[in-house]
Amino acid sequence: MDVQDLGSAFVAAMALVRHGDPDMLAILGLSLRVSLAALGIAALVGLPLGALLAVARFPGRRAVVVALNALMGLPPVVAGLMIYLLLSRSGPLGAWGLLFTPQAMVIAQAVLITPILAALSRQVLEALWEEYAETLRSFGAGPWRAVPTLLWDGRFALLTVLLAGFGRASAEVGAVILVGGNIEGATRTMTTAIALETSKGDLPLALALGLVLMVIVLGVNALAQLLRDAALRRAG
Amino acid sequence: MLPIEAEALSYAAGGVAILQDVSLRIEAGPPLLILGPNGAGKSVLLRLLHGLLRPGRGRITPEAPTRGAMVFQRPVLLRRSVGANIRYPLALAGLPWAERRRRAAAALEEVGLAALADRPARRLSGGEQQRLALARAAALAPPVLFLDEPCASLDPAATRAVEEIIAGIAARGTKIVMTTHDLGQARRLAGEVVFLHRGRVVEAGPARPFFNGPASAEAAAFLQGDLLW
Ligand SMILES: Nc1ncnc2c1ncn2[C@@H]1O[C@H](COP(=O)(O)OP(=O)(O)O)[C@@H](O)[C@H]1O
Ligand SMILES: [Mg+2]
Repeated sequence: MDVQDLGSAFVAAMALVRHGDPDMLAILGLSLRVSLAALGIAALVGLPLGALLAVARFPGRRAVVVALNALMGLPPVVAGLMIYLLLSRSGPLGAWGLLFTPQAMVIAQAVLITPILAALSRQVLEALWEEYAETLRSFGAGPWRAVPTLLWDGRFALLTVLLAGFGRASAEVGAVILVGGNIEGATRTMTTAIALETSKGDLPLALALGLVLMVIVLGVNALAQLLRDAALRRAG
Repeated sequence: MLPIEAEALSYAAGGVAILQDVSLRIEAGPPLLILGPNGAGKSVLLRLLHGLLRPGRGRITPEAPTRGAMVFQRPVLLRRSVGANIRYPLALAGLPWAERRRRAAAALEEVGLAALADRPARRLSGGEQQRLALARAAALAPPVLFLDEPCASLDPAATRAVEEIIAGIAARGTKIVMTTHDLGQARRLAGEVVFLHRGRVVEAGPARPFFNGPASAEAAAFLQGDLLW
């Protein structure tokens, strides 16, 4: 691996993109679909959970927050293994027949990033709640009623939280390779393809795929930030 | 809602007595000004009367989760448009959509912010934010409106504008209960006065006699500007 490899990787990446290599486009499309679906599911669960945790006061709350923060560091391989065991033919959810399907990968990524979204949104919304609590109480809104208000008024900060979740999901390889199986044409994603090409020794192709993945993820981030800034300017 | 009767209120925080044995009666009529030096307990008393704090001892009737509406010394505007800020509490109060829009438009008209209805509320100037906070509370048409230093940190022109708005709200039958450190403003607005000193009510009664000849040495010193806390 040297500078020449990097150079040829770059050339290979350009070629992949220029020719719109159909295999690569399919893999890229699957990667994005899986990560976006996982993000959607994780957001539906994680954001309200984070908001609830931001406003609720109950014994043991501190422990829940600590546990959630710890879950952010859940090793993807471990999460993948647990879902593998659940979905495997002899597992409790084996009858669903989801192992080695894109749905299994969506589940794995969603499980991985839900704690991230919940923990980060809890942080963001707790600060907002501190600022809003007295005013909302004055209007007669208790903590429960505050949840949708916080989710809406925190929308710009939450977009950053979503991006963090998306980044983590799309970069993840350990869990999807276990539950997806890296089956060509079915469950091969950008990251599992990179892992495969690397292990086969085709470093230029692996690097090329890596470059494409990076550009896509950076592009999604940049686009989201631009949208956010534009909306922020309009909505304060 | 009126009259609101506070009987022998005491409030302490962290073992320190902030209010002691405070009794007062809020009746329909011209504005009630709560005066007193810094730290006398005016803001805490407003929060107790509005219902955001529970007294340690004593009671306030009528009992309710909150009484009337309140504008805080540093109002918190929602991260929404000016109009949405006004409609939010109206929605919480259960008013139908059309009524919310009607009231919001009228309230913004009254405080001179109608042209800014679609602007982000937090981008307004200090004076505009204060007027918006007033409009937001007034749109609820509360029987009593608690105002905590509504003109703190405003320039004289903005202060005048806010005073006119307050007078307008009072004229429509909302009882104003407010604090201020501006004695000129107190004289202009007050119908009655409660004078607090170190957490106790030292004087209470009609405004004119209070300003012309206070009964207590503390109030006299306060009106001279000699009572600092
Ligand atoms: N939550 C609190 N905890 C401890 N002390 C407080 C709290 N709120 C107010 N105080 C104290 O109570 C006293 C009265 O406060 P406040 O009602 O804000 O006075 P002011 O008359 O200036 O509005 C002050 O000494 C203040 O420091
Ligand atoms: Mg105060």
